[in-house]
Amino acid sequence: MNFVWTFAILVSLIFSAFLGFPEKTLQSGIFGADEAIKIMISLSGTLCFWSGVLRIAEKGGAADFCQKLLSPIIRRLFPKTNQRGKITMNIIANLFGTGNAATPAGISAMEGMDKENGKSSRPSCEMGRFAVMNTASIQLFPTTVISILSSLGAENPFSIVPYVWISSFSALFMALLTQKLLFGKDRL
Amino acid sequence: MAYILPFLIILVLFSAIKNHAPVYQLFLEGAEDGLKILFSILPPMIAVLSMSAMLKESGLLNAFSSAVSPVTEKIGIPSEILPLALLRPFSGGGSLGLLTDTVKTYGADSRIARAACILCASTETTFYTISVYFRRTNVKHLKTVIIAAVIGDLTGLLCACFLTKINF
Repeated sequence: MNFVWTFAILVSLIFSAFLGFPEKTLQSGIFGADEAIKIMISLSGTLCFWSGVLRIAEKGGAADFCQKLLSPIIRRLFPKTNQRGKITMNIIANLFGTGNAATPAGISAMEGMDKENGKSSRPSCEMGRFAVMNTASIQLFPTTVISILSSLGAENPFSIVPYVWISSFSALFMALLTQKLLFGKDRL
Repeated sequence: MAYILPFLIILVLFSAIKNHAPVYQLFLEGAEDGLKILFSILPPMIAVLSMSAMLKESGLLNAFSSAVSPVTEKIGIPSEILPLALLRPFSGGGSLGLLTDTVKTYGADSRIARAACILCASTETTFYTISVYFRRTNVKHLKTVIIAAVIGDLTGLLCACFLTKINF
């Protein structure tokens, strides 16, 4: 990001200096920063509202329900490790979009699996699987994106939700499949 | 959709009452979390929105788009969301900034905006996540994990483009 940002700013300034309007480019850059603040303020209400509702859902029983639903799947995906409790916590926090809660549980589960893996320099199949499940987003309700859409005047910002699910699920499925195929080869 | 969300909230509230959860406190906690998210993405939003404004004003973004569009259009990816697709695996705040910019430029109800939103909501900051999750382990060989994660991201990108193409 360091490189991308510096490079982009430098190139656009130099490029427009050659074309004779560096001042205008700089102005629109500053205007962009201004815009960021305005957008932020307009989406903050929606974002906070949905974060609040999701927290009620998470702590008010929906998380327990999900745990019951998920536990057979998690047992199948992670049959060997003893870290299933933390893995479940991580996945549920991801589902409810509370990434702040997901990461500590995830890191701790990974450390546990690292020990079970004999601190090898190669990841175990389950470690790879867990990492891939975290790089593919598995959010039930995309709060931030919905807030951006509605603050910028979308007629029905929720209409994308089913497509997000389809797309998320396909991405997760393909990532898990690839991981499974590649892992088999890697061990030979 | 008009009834689903209100109904879901009713369901959430009823189940919370049944479990004797402190509903109001939980809402406040969640809203505070929302504010924390806002503050954490604000600085990268500022950085990226000013960057993309400068790239656009100088004409470079247009040049880039028209250079790559013959290739991307063939696979069905609109060249307008390509910068976002490239940034998404590396920077969470940055890609949200760029997403906002994309939605604003093409209109919140455009196909481009929807594809961009689906892309952002269905993928993660892959490289950042992998580095965080393996930082405290002894694992060094991450090739298979990275390949699998990138295949997932590509699937998300193609799905986002394809779904918006047939549905909107």
